[in-house]
Amino acid sequence: MAERLLEVKGLKVRFTTEDGVVRAVDDVSFELDRGKVLGVVGESGSGKSVTAMTILGLTRDKNTAFEGEVLYRGENLLALPEARLREVRGNEIAMIFQDPMTSLNPVYTVGDQIVEAITTHEQASKQEAKRRAVELLRQVGIPNPQERVDDYPHQFSGGMRQRAMIAMALSCNPDVLIADEPTTALDVTIQAQILELLDRLRADFDSAVILITHDLGVVAEVADEIAVMYAGRIVERASKRQLFYDPQHPYTWGLLGSIPRLDRPKPKKLASIEGMPPSLINLPQGCRFRPRCPHSFEKCFEEPDLTNRVEERGHLDRCWLSVEEKRMRRTQTIAGEARVA
Amino acid sequence: MTEPQTQNGALVEVRSLKKYFPIRKGVLAREVERVHAVDDVTLSVAEGETLGLVGESGCGKSTLGRCIVRLLDPTAGDVVFDGRSIGKLKARALRPLRREMQMIFQDPYASLNPRKRVGTIIGDPLRIHDIGDRKERKQRVEALLETVGLSPEHYNRFPHEFSGGQRQRIGVARALALRPKLIVADEPVSALDVSIQAQMVNLLEELQDDFRLTYIFIAHDLGVVRHVSDRIAVMYLGKLVELSPAEELYTRPIMPYTEALLSAVPVPDPDLAEARERIVLEGDVPSPIHPPSGCRFHPRCRYATDICSQVEPPLVDYGNGHLAACHHPLNVDKETLAQVTASHTHTPETADESAVPREPGKEEAKPVTGLGDP
Repeated sequence: MAERLLEVKGLKVRFTTEDGVVRAVDDVSFELDRGKVLGVVGESGSGKSVTAMTILGLTRDKNTAFEGEVLYRGENLLALPEARLREVRGNEIAMIFQDPMTSLNPVYTVGDQIVEAITTHEQASKQEAKRRAVELLRQVGIPNPQERVDDYPHQFSGGMRQRAMIAMALSCNPDVLIADEPTTALDVTIQAQILELLDRLRADFDSAVILITHDLGVVAEVADEIAVMYAGRIVERASKRQLFYDPQHPYTWGLLGSIPRLDRPKPKKLASIEGMPPSLINLPQGCRFRPRCPHSFEKCFEEPDLTNRVEERGHLDRCWLSVEEKRMRRTQTIAGEARVA
Repeated sequence: MTEPQTQNGALVEVRSLKKYFPIRKGVLAREVERVHAVDDVTLSVAEGETLGLVGESGCGKSTLGRCIVRLLDPTAGDVVFDGRSIGKLKARALRPLRREMQMIFQDPYASLNPRKRVGTIIGDPLRIHDIGDRKERKQRVEALLETVGLSPEHYNRFPHEFSGGQRQRIGVARALALRPKLIVADEPVSALDVSIQAQMVNLLEELQDDFRLTYIFIAHDLGVVRHVSDRIAVMYLGKLVELSPAEELYTRPIMPYTEALLSAVPVPDPDLAEARERIVLEGDVPSPIHPPSGCRFHPRCRYATDICSQVEPPLVDYGNGHLAACHHPLNVDKETLAQVTASHTHTPETADESAVPREPGKEEAKPVTGLGDP
């Protein structure tokens, strides 16, 4: 069995704001083994980024309340003092952010920033760190790394900046790499390059990856397991093949239906999920997807647990419909023929 | 209004349009270099049609869209709108025409004034063009709010009270206020969540039928573009490189750049994603200040030969309104190629013999796998 690197257990994150308590993440659990890619899919406000940032302790604040555990090799990161957490952050768990323009410091060269990441965590001389920075830039496919290492971020294109971010994240050989929408700001051609790079690096560096995205196409290319999040909760979790070929939750169906697909004939109308995601301050009673779900019935006013309902053991979902009913109804829903009553 | 001079009912005709941005330096602000944002683009958009405009960032698609509605002044060439040449019209003469063409912008946060109420934002175009009195304008704005799926009660709210999708609806209502003929939508859905994106696409399609609108739909998402467009224009570094009926572009791309662009789109189907051959383009788009010689795509093209770096390929009609600019066209049969070769001075070489990918081991040109089959 592969080594278990990360285990999130019943994680809850609440922000106290002027308008009320925002339940950004509500009872989220998952595990991550070495060499695996977990795709976390959801729309804005689903809690996927907050989950990622909480793992690294980036949401710590006096207005934030946590519950649950984030176990990294058995150590609870939520309970760790800031000083110890800094040793983990960047060194053992690293993060790549969505926007490479704003997450690099414009007044330092790209090389300086990678060198800083290395010297913060390791005993290495400046020269040694610089040599490694050049090597990392080469590994992520930056042409002419000896020269480009002294460039400032503005001299890099969008795709190159994202590569530089990845180089920085990899500088300390992290066990876990969290990539938050790493390709969203990029063109498809560059996205393809970055995804290929991530896939290669997972093999070369033998790390585990959490890939956060709103794009089901992206996870179909690179993930092993997928968690679909909605309004702070995981509503479905399954292996990649299970999720795409035997989806169980109506929200997943809605997501699958709303992508205009190049591999299928063009539908007359795109299936869309009606309405909007709920406010995280005022959550609907029962199943959180109920107000937008075309299949909701009385029972949905009670919230279903995230449990295994199909034959496949690792496949979990949060929906009251029976498995037979789901399999009957979903084709229609994905095709956009089901309407909210 | 003068009689339309355009052929076959085209609402918009873009004629050899060029837009260069000068780069100035020194005390005298001397022009030292130029960004070739749009370089000699010719195309037309029929009334009621949706033309999709795709390409990577920096290819000039937004600049072209802005030149068409004259938010930017073209450096050379002309735009004919509804039979009138507008490329060089002065602001005053242009004003009545502004009613006929509107824009929808990408960023629903930046394109609405945060200090104005929704009613004012949507009503301003009516006020500026002196349409109706205060009461009539209010009624019209309320009707517009309903048209785009919002409620008339939203009249007195501020933009920050709305979600991204709702804001984009406000932007659409503003664009519709003057009942334009043409709407240029610049990445109207790319800032929205997937489920909201689908709602927006459906709304735009309904409005097109109800108001007989013509769209120029600029986007980088090839899935969305295929869904809304009748025809699609592909741009690369300021040049129009392929123009095709929408469906045909996906089943039979002729230009290798289009092929690569299509193959880069992730497919939400794990088996297909694994099975298909992905063409990953090397490197970035070159600088539009010094575009490459010959075919601008040749440094990244896997079929490129000597001729590609020397001669710029002309846009050639391959039948069925499918145009492409390439020396090594893909997916073209021998007869079509012979016809095309006979009728043009610049001869596209055969795709069959010379169009072999540069990397050894990779297969020869074939239709993009996994696309188009049912």
